[in-house]
Amino acid sequence: MDGFIQFFEEYQLLIYLLVFTIILGFEVISKVPTVLHTPLMSGANAISGVVVIGGILLVRQAESGDYFSLGLGLFGIIMGMINATGGFAVTDRMLEMFKKKKKK
Amino acid sequence: MDIKFLTDIGFLIGSIGFVWGLKLLSSPDSARRGNAIASIGMAVAIISILFAPLDKGDNNYLWVIGGLAVGAVVGYIMAIRVKMTAMPQMVSIFNGLGGACAVLIGMVELRHFYSGTTAMTGGQIAISLSALFIGGIAFTGSILAWFKLEEWIRDNALVLPKHSIFNMVLLAVILALGIYVYIQDVDAGIGLAAIFMLLSLVYGVSFVVPIGGADMPVVISLLNSFSGLSAASAGLIYGNNFMLVGGILVGASGTILTVLMCNAMNRSLLNVLIGGFGGGGTSTAKKGTGDLVVKEVSLNDAAIQLYYSGSVVIVPGYGLAVAQAQKVCKEIDDLLESNGVDVKYAIHPVAGRMPGHMNVLLAEADVPYPKLLDLEDANDALKNTDIAVIVGANDVVNPSALDDPGSPIYGMPVLRVWDAKNVIVLKRSMRSGYAGIENPLFFHERTRMLFGDAKDTLSKLVSEIKNL
Repeated sequence: MDGFIQFFEEYQLLIYLLVFTIILGFEVISKVPTVLHTPLMSGANAISGVVVIGGILLVRQAESGDYFSLGLGLFGIIMGMINATGGFAVTDRMLEMFKKKKKK
Repeated sequence: MDIKFLTDIGFLIGSIGFVWGLKLLSSPDSARRGNAIASIGMAVAIISILFAPLDKGDNNYLWVIGGLAVGAVVGYIMAIRVKMTAMPQMVSIFNGLGGACAVLIGMVELRHFYSGTTAMTGGQIAISLSALFIGGIAFTGSILAWFKLEEWIRDNALVLPKHSIFNMVLLAVILALGIYVYIQDVDAGIGLAAIFMLLSLVYGVSFVVPIGGADMPVVISLLNSFSGLSAASAGLIYGNNFMLVGGILVGASGTILTVLMCNAMNRSLLNVLIGGFGGGGTSTAKKGTGDLVVKEVSLNDAAIQLYYSGSVVIVPGYGLAVAQAQKVCKEIDDLLESNGVDVKYAIHPVAGRMPGHMNVLLAEADVPYPKLLDLEDANDALKNTDIAVIVGANDVVNPSALDDPGSPIYGMPVLRVWDAKNVIVLKRSMRSGYAGIENPLFFHERTRMLFGDAKDTLSKLVSEIKNL
């Protein structure tokens, strides 16, 4: 229990951030209409490309001779970036097709 | 001003971009702008991380920029080339890549820790392990989902006897190993962590194996949520709030969609994960369809009925997309509209292979989105509809879901097409749908069948209507 209390006190701000982001996420996303569920998913998918930030950090923090970290980090950056760029681009392509006709 | 302050502001702007962008996604009119804002948020964050001052490392900018450039080009080309029918595959691949990236980060950081180059708190070890686990499932699970969607692997090809028990045992082993690695702290060594990772990868495959067919939307949503949570875990390893916010938002979106998809099929998540529709109770034959007669309608009659009706609701199913018949469908729509017929589309949440898939396919065929009705609106509209036309849909228009407690789909929300004055069903043959369930709708007094390939039949209807 002491460990838990210490953990809570130490990471209080982080826990707040976590909880409020979860609430905010559910609140914002539950308003998305069914018509847009596929773009929502591919857009969210692109956002999960934030892992690329971790990849960049990993490579920047590595020593220039540490080819293990550099190699895997490079893979990580490529994959994260495909996820992000591809996700946003394909979502844009889809949303472009959702338009109202001015007919009638 | 110092650089750390600027880059921290950059991350804050990035986070706001994500939330604001997702908020704009709630209306078709602003959605495109929302996506653009979210992507700008991402770009600002990437620039920030490039310049953020670090207390160790050699920067290695060549590697970083090279990776970013390759990833951006490959991602963009994939996005431009993909067919809209293949969107579920594309999303699966991206989910998998995100998960794989989190696994790599977790592995490299743990290796640093075990080789003594960096220190980690107990919390960070636990978070790294969860990045390996969640990311691993998202990675291999998505790859298998992709193969299944491409139909490179048959739905039941890899199912072991007692598969759900195998899964539970595997999960228990992974959890136990994780706890052991965590307790052993620095003594555990990279070898055990690698085994933990491998088992998680195996679990990803094994967990998707029994799920298939109409359950694909659930799996994709769930894996989407996992890819977000694995990104959030990776963010926690580095104490990066921006990654945490992004990952959690994706996790929330994936979770909501998973729940919506499960509700749309009236099944619990557990039931979907164990796999197989219904399982035990298959007393469908109890009504005895022997003496019921299917009534057919000729192309010419169907054309006349449609052309001179007041309102038509089209119910597209995945069969329509398989036949690539969306454009022909839109042609009929235009012809009918030109004669003053009110044409709408009724879209069931699980029509298609991912949430909202059918809407995108119809939007691609230039159907304006106000014509696309969701389940509730469609059921209201159907009461005042002259003709409901069902193209390639089956289980989602099955009345047994409402009135036959013995049916495996009993309780599933369906489109009540039989409320319309007439029903025309376009169907290849009398074979039952994915769930293998007899559909009493076909024998309904107001139903007329029009047999043939969806695209072929629709094209013939177009020429019949033009000849009127």
